[in-house]
Amino acid sequence: MEFLIGITGKDFVLTITDTTQARGITVMKHDEIKSMSLNPHSLMLYSGESGDTVNFAEFIKRNVRLYGIRNNVELSPSAVASFVRGELAQALRSRHPYQVNMLLAGFDPVKDEPSLHWIDYLAASVSVPYASQGYGQYFTLSVLDRHHRPGMNVEEVKAVAKLCVDEMKRRFLVNFAGFTCHIVDKAGIREEKIDL
Amino acid sequence: MEYNGAAVVAMVGKNCVAIAADKRLGQQFTTVATDFKKIYSLTPRTYIGLGGLATDVNTLADLFRVKLNLYKLREGREIEPETFAHLLSSTLYEKRFGPYFVDPVVAGINKDGKPFICSTDLIGCINYAKDFVVSGTASSKLFGTCESLWEPDLGPEDLFETISQSLMNAFDRDAYSGWGAVVHVITPEGVTTRTLKTRMTWSGASPMYLGF
Repeated sequence: MEFLIGITGKDFVLTITDTTQARGITVMKHDEIKSMSLNPHSLMLYSGESGDTVNFAEFIKRNVRLYGIRNNVELSPSAVASFVRGELAQALRSRHPYQVNMLLAGFDPVKDEPSLHWIDYLAASVSVPYASQGYGQYFTLSVLDRHHRPGMNVEEVKAVAKLCVDEMKRRFLVNFAGFTCHIVDKAGIREEKIDL
Repeated sequence: MEYNGAAVVAMVGKNCVAIAADKRLGQQFTTVATDFKKIYSLTPRTYIGLGGLATDVNTLADLFRVKLNLYKLREGREIEPETFAHLLSSTLYEKRFGPYFVDPVVAGINKDGKPFICSTDLIGCINYAKDFVVSGTASSKLFGTCESLWEPDLGPEDLFETISQSLMNAFDRDAYSGWGAVVHVITPEGVTTRTLKTRMTWSGASPMYLGF
């Protein structure tokens, strides 16, 4: 029932995650953070099996950090995506596969362009202009297909994100407690106030 | 094998081969991306097309990049398509009881300028062909279109037209594949790569039946 979404704009990626932590039919928490910064320019959004998600995200975060410290160069967003996919694919054929779906939002300061990667729990990875995970896909992909254009500015992307969230509120069975919004751009990762 | 969807085909022409695939990545009936790469170049004259489970398409593309880089360092030359077919076969059979869920197609031109195509099943049983090979969720439809359109000794331009029409008319009747295509035509002189804009819908009925 989790909701992740990522939209690329001209020189940034905007992401939204819901903040509901539920177990079965019970809501346990209203302010869960479902994203983690991996390095100054890469943000990972995750959903899936509750134990696996944070465990896998922390494992990835520490290894990406270690690479940065060892080499004095941070991994680019596409390199992070490749590393995450590799670890997930290796785990898939082990006794303990991680059941984690992800969106990797990043900004490549060398190429000077935003990047968004969609990765599912089977470790299929693809670079996309916009994406969502889970049940959110059924409601938001059509909205994004209609309203997303390449090279949009922050205000335009925020407006599209609002359309997506409005659609979820209107048509999805489950009520979300709240949403958090992040923007990844040249300056790094920041939480963005957005009226949803 | 039906989770992500794919349509891949390779054909032999006169002193040339062509390999083509659709670009859809789906999660069952949801289309996630329309630019998913399924054909990888192994050498400047040999290509592999991978249908099947997308994660294994990614994994095998990465794996063969490693294996072929090491091969090049050891041998000091590029691998021949016939040799690669056996490397592919053994790589897949190594995982006999926990296979990669892929349906590979190989196309290339060997050092003598002779065209080569083959396909394998998911555990590496090689299928050689003199005309065409198909794979993916649209494979049954591809057999029909290829059987109707292919003829011996097509030149590079005619081969491009034949493989493109075979692929498009096959995946327009397959809900799991389509949404654009990429075609590589390999000749001893070089490779021409073209992307096709195709029907960008869930397919199924042709426009004629929808009343357009």
